[in-house]
Amino acid sequence: MESKPASPAQQKITNSQGNKETSLTQVILLPFLAILTGLLIGAIVILAAGGNVIVAYGALFAGSIGSPTAIIGAFSTLFSSGDSSQLVKALYPITESLVTATPYIFAGLAVALGFRCGLFNIGAEGQFFIGALGAAFVGYSIRGVPAIIHLPLAILAGAVAGALWGAIPGYLKARFGAHEVVNTIMMNWIAFKLSDWLLTGPMKASGFRPVSPNMQPTAELPRFFADPLRFNWGFVLALVMAGIVFWLLFKTTLGFEIRMVGANPDAAKYAGVNIFRNIVLAMVLSGGLAGLAGTSQVLGVDHWVGQGFSAGYGFDSIAIALLGKSHPLGVVLSALLFGILRSGATRMQSMAGIPIDIISIIQGLVIIFVAAPAIIRWLYRIPITTTDQTVLTRGWGK
Amino acid sequence: MPVLELRGITKRFPGVLANDHIDLTLEHGEIHALLGENGAGKTTLMNVLYGLYHQDEGEIRIKDQPVMITGPNDAIARGIGMVHQHFMLVPVMTVTENVMLGNETTRYRYFLEKSVVAKRIREISEQYGLDVDPDAYIKDLPVGIQQRVEIIKVLYRQAEILILDEPTAVLTPQEVEGLFKTLRTLVKSGKSIIFITHKLKEVIQVADRITVLRAGRVVGTSKTQKVDEQKLAEMMVGREVNLIVLKKAANPKEIALQVKDLFVRDERGHSTVTGVSFDVHVGEVLGIAGVQGNGQTELVYALTGLLPLQGGSITLLGKVFHRPTPRQIIEQGVAHIPEDRQKHGLVLSFPVHDNLVLSTYYLKPFAQGVNLQEKVIVDSGARLTKQFDVRTPSVFVPVSNLSGGNQQKVIVAREFSRPIKLLIASQPTRGLDVGSIEYIHSQIITKRDEGTAVLVVSSELDEIMALSDRIAVMFRGQIVGILAAAEATKEKLGLLMMGVQPKDIHGMDEVGTKSKVERVF
Amino acid sequence: MTAMAQGLEMTKSTFRTRLTAGLILFGVAFLILLLFAFNSQPGEEATFNLNLAHTQAIPIPNLTVPVLPVIYVLILVLVFFGAFQLARGISSTGLLAAIIAFCFVAAFLVWAARGQDFSLIGMLSSAFVRATPIALAALCGVISERAGVVNIGIEGIMLLGALTAVMVGSVTNNLYIALLAAILIGGLTAAAHAFLVIRFKVDQIVSGVAINIFATGATSFIFSRFLELNDNLNNSGIFPVIPIPVLSKIPVIGTIFFENTFIVYLGIVLVIFLHILLFRTSWGLRTRAVGEHPKAADTLGVDVYLMRYINVILGGMIAGVGGAYFTIGSVGRFDEVMTAGKGFIGLAAMIFGNWNPIGAYMSSLIFGFADSLQLKLQFLQVPIRSEFLLMAPYIVTMIVLTGVVGRAIPPAADGQPYEK
Repeated sequence: MESKPASPAQQKITNSQGNKETSLTQVILLPFLAILTGLLIGAIVILAAGGNVIVAYGALFAGSIGSPTAIIGAFSTLFSSGDSSQLVKALYPITESLVTATPYIFAGLAVALGFRCGLFNIGAEGQFFIGALGAAFVGYSIRGVPAIIHLPLAILAGAVAGALWGAIPGYLKARFGAHEVVNTIMMNWIAFKLSDWLLTGPMKASGFRPVSPNMQPTAELPRFFADPLRFNWGFVLALVMAGIVFWLLFKTTLGFEIRMVGANPDAAKYAGVNIFRNIVLAMVLSGGLAGLAGTSQVLGVDHWVGQGFSAGYGFDSIAIALLGKSHPLGVVLSALLFGILRSGATRMQSMAGIPIDIISIIQGLVIIFVAAPAIIRWLYRIPITTTDQTVLTRGWGK
Repeated sequence: MPVLELRGITKRFPGVLANDHIDLTLEHGEIHALLGENGAGKTTLMNVLYGLYHQDEGEIRIKDQPVMITGPNDAIARGIGMVHQHFMLVPVMTVTENVMLGNETTRYRYFLEKSVVAKRIREISEQYGLDVDPDAYIKDLPVGIQQRVEIIKVLYRQAEILILDEPTAVLTPQEVEGLFKTLRTLVKSGKSIIFITHKLKEVIQVADRITVLRAGRVVGTSKTQKVDEQKLAEMMVGREVNLIVLKKAANPKEIALQVKDLFVRDERGHSTVTGVSFDVHVGEVLGIAGVQGNGQTELVYALTGLLPLQGGSITLLGKVFHRPTPRQIIEQGVAHIPEDRQKHGLVLSFPVHDNLVLSTYYLKPFAQGVNLQEKVIVDSGARLTKQFDVRTPSVFVPVSNLSGGNQQKVIVAREFSRPIKLLIASQPTRGLDVGSIEYIHSQIITKRDEGTAVLVVSSELDEIMALSDRIAVMFRGQIVGILAAAEATKEKLGLLMMGVQPKDIHGMDEVGTKSKVERVF
Repeated sequence: MTAMAQGLEMTKSTFRTRLTAGLILFGVAFLILLLFAFNSQPGEEATFNLNLAHTQAIPIPNLTVPVLPVIYVLILVLVFFGAFQLARGISSTGLLAAIIAFCFVAAFLVWAARGQDFSLIGMLSSAFVRATPIALAALCGVISERAGVVNIGIEGIMLLGALTAVMVGSVTNNLYIALLAAILIGGLTAAAHAFLVIRFKVDQIVSGVAINIFATGATSFIFSRFLELNDNLNNSGIFPVIPIPVLSKIPVIGTIFFENTFIVYLGIVLVIFLHILLFRTSWGLRTRAVGEHPKAADTLGVDVYLMRYINVILGGMIAGVGGAYFTIGSVGRFDEVMTAGKGFIGLAAMIFGNWNPIGAYMSSLIFGFADSLQLKLQFLQVPIRSEFLLMAPYIVTMIVLTGVVGRAIPPAADGQPYEK
């Protein structure tokens, strides 16, 4: 059936004048309000669960950013007496937030890249884990190699492992049209079972716990400060990757193709783009990025892999990609936000007794608010100027 | 007393006044044509009448009683039935199910009683000569029969006022005759009909009175005998219209495209092109005529690499292809204006300048290796929009902001901006306003005269006859005849479109003119 | 020339398909030979227990089969069909797939059970029961997508249903009220999904994923905060087995089908109900029209939005029942993320069943069988690590999905928001 014959005037639904103003609203105000509303509802949930909102959110803040006065005070102590221990203590929350944000940046980029190609990669969690396992294996099993070789090798192993895990559903989608939503979810469960086996069998460290052996020191991502600050080069790597993804998506022919396939695969095919290659490539890159998320966590933070290693990162990264509008800059900012939230939530759990799952609740709400901006607009009485719906998916296997 | 009156109907959409204080009366037992070009507001007006939209101002009166039509159910209850331009039929359901949808005959209040409905369908078929099998699935029915189902749908609901929106778009000339006969039967039995169209000739043939709509306003209403084509065309467009396309005689040279024994299967695996052979020469326009659904779409898909060939070969500018990819075709120097411009021709969310390099982004100077050269792309975009008269605020806006005609111009600009040897244009002016139609037609002829081979596929017979030097007719996946333009008459082509060879019918040669052919109206 | 050329083209491709199918049959036969025949000793026997303890059914003797001969027979069956396929061709791919699956699984079971007493009846009965949540998820998907709305959030709805059922059941000590509560929660959640998707035109997949995230978080939150500390909130008891008089006495069949709990019976009833609803009532006709061509339905006065709302809510209520299965229908307590992906497997069953209630139910039986099989095999000392067996349902889902896509046709307007 042919497309609707549109009358010339009926096409002009969006106005071109207010474009700059409305996009600012869209990019900053609406997401901000979405998060705020999510936190507000979270506060209601805390109240309903019998918790103290002030204590809870206070702990959240303290756990994620720390106290500004303490930091300033610690700096002055450092200058006056050369004692850095106070500074270390004061900087811990904020560096922890950055540490938590690092895998989020990678995973958020992974999902965002998938979205740009019209693919819904819910498999970030499985790819994360497989990437972590791959990096860990190279990290603990190779000895006697200098860090300058070992570290990049381990990072590469993690990326490749994740990329392979993403390639399978990517191939199935490109070749057979099998919908990636269900397939990536299945791959997640398969990854969990696979890791169960590996961590209780071939990759198990000596002892009773189902964990991998520790990384060789030559495979660790260097930290900027001494213990207990865990802030490491993984964060820098994440920012570099964000830059690379930006360049790829918007400055290269490859990215142009990927975006075309995501926006209109029919037109892309018509224009000569190889749809098969782009779908597989997008899933491979996406899987690789998610694998890097796991890699950075293993090599930079924990230095070993255990069961449940990837818990929560998959869904979080979807929220981050949506919140960041699938743009690398947006993803980085959203990842920082989620890093702050998660990091603070651990403190909130220990100090105020609020289960960490509240973050998932807030996340689910934030996704909805971002995906349905009309709700926020209605709540805060912001007028509608453009149509701001994004339809990301096209139904089953087409 | 008129059976239906529209007074001062006004309807606004964001940014556009679709209907501007329209007055229209429909007398009992008349066929009243609503004439206007694409975008004039005809369909909007009828959607208001049918209850799909609500008017902002104005009044509807049925048998001199003012009414508020709240929705399609209400319109149907009041005896108004609408046959839409794009059929409102569910392909995977049967005729009976489609007819009874929304008005189901049931036993024990919930359970469907299809046999009762089927019986009534047969009765209506017989009464009005609309032969249809109630148990057939819509997807298996040819388009002409599907239209009968639509008409039966409204008769089943005892419509007294029938609205037909562009009903002849999908019919062969002979089927159009059949439709007109049916319409006359209907009015003889007391129905009143509003007939929406943009085709001048039909209007003069079948209507009793004509109302011309232009840019949302009524330009005039008149009895058919009192007007002629030229006057109507000017009323439709608002200026003097050249009803005739002037073009020089063609000067065909070597063969640019040779198609031999082509077999193509559609996406569902059905054989839709079954042994097609033809050539297109440099410097000529070959038109492929035929009712939509006879394989033209799949033929074009095969020629542009979107569907694989099951058999046969394509020789493009000397190079033989058995399994061409779209990129190979493009790189051989083929330009393509797709049938569905929003689906295949444009990425609506991309800015205009990106759409202008959709097929060339990877070539110099738009890219150096893997790096896109943004400035070059933007500058080229600005240049092309000026050259091809694309009305847009800037090259940065998403192409979805543009009107249909301008979107098509973007596609034309893109395709014509590189050196091409063969142009394949599929339904190039579907849904466009007259100005854009004139522009695109002149561009096609210009390309032909510059030495490009042109293949035009269109279900608008007048367009084919206006543009082509030779005309091939497709029917059920095969080419059933190729005629020189001079020999081609509407009757001959119409018969071929229905699978009948004209030499079996006697004496209807018209003396065709060599270089002056009539335009789309 | 044209017709003949066409004919030649067709024979070429059919021959290739025939050849591949035939070779697959031979290949599987060979695989069985390699894996099972070579690993069995002559004289070994497998005993299949066909009676469950505490059952109404009339007891029948166990089925004892000699392992090697049975395996060889199955191999011969495959070889026969392989030859038949190469010579004449069998048109139905479904039949071929069924034959291959049956022979392989039967050979596998016979081999795995050699020298042991294997409760076949237990496995089959468990398969039927474990298929229930998958089937209910699939039915939710069917009714929702037939109306044109994709609901990926079934997993989340089931989690919420499970939690609600166990908590209400623990507090009221009435399982039927608990079930009602689960149905209510399911309907409410689906209503939220419908509201977002129809009114705000949120992408249907995004909304579903958001529901899953929210539900996972909310149920884990409530579990950690309340249930872990208060065991009397997490102790609902389970539905008793209700044997159907007379029919439950039939050996084998009676045990599998007619000695089950309320929820399992409800599942069967819902399948029949949905089938009649969709294909024999005016409601069903309108629903299907709305899912295939909403504009056509709209022009005939059908309220597209209302139809979609009600069908999605109905689906949610069914998913609520599915969720209740996990707690009050099975173990009587809630554990975090206890649905383990069954909601998604249900979607695969829906696709495999071609969006038909009965087809979806049959597919769910297959998945239930796979589920039950891997559970059973963990006890059978089969030399395969349990984790790999646990992966099996998910791998099977992927294979099934991939194989069936393109052949299974969803409702035409599925997943697309309707604009008036």
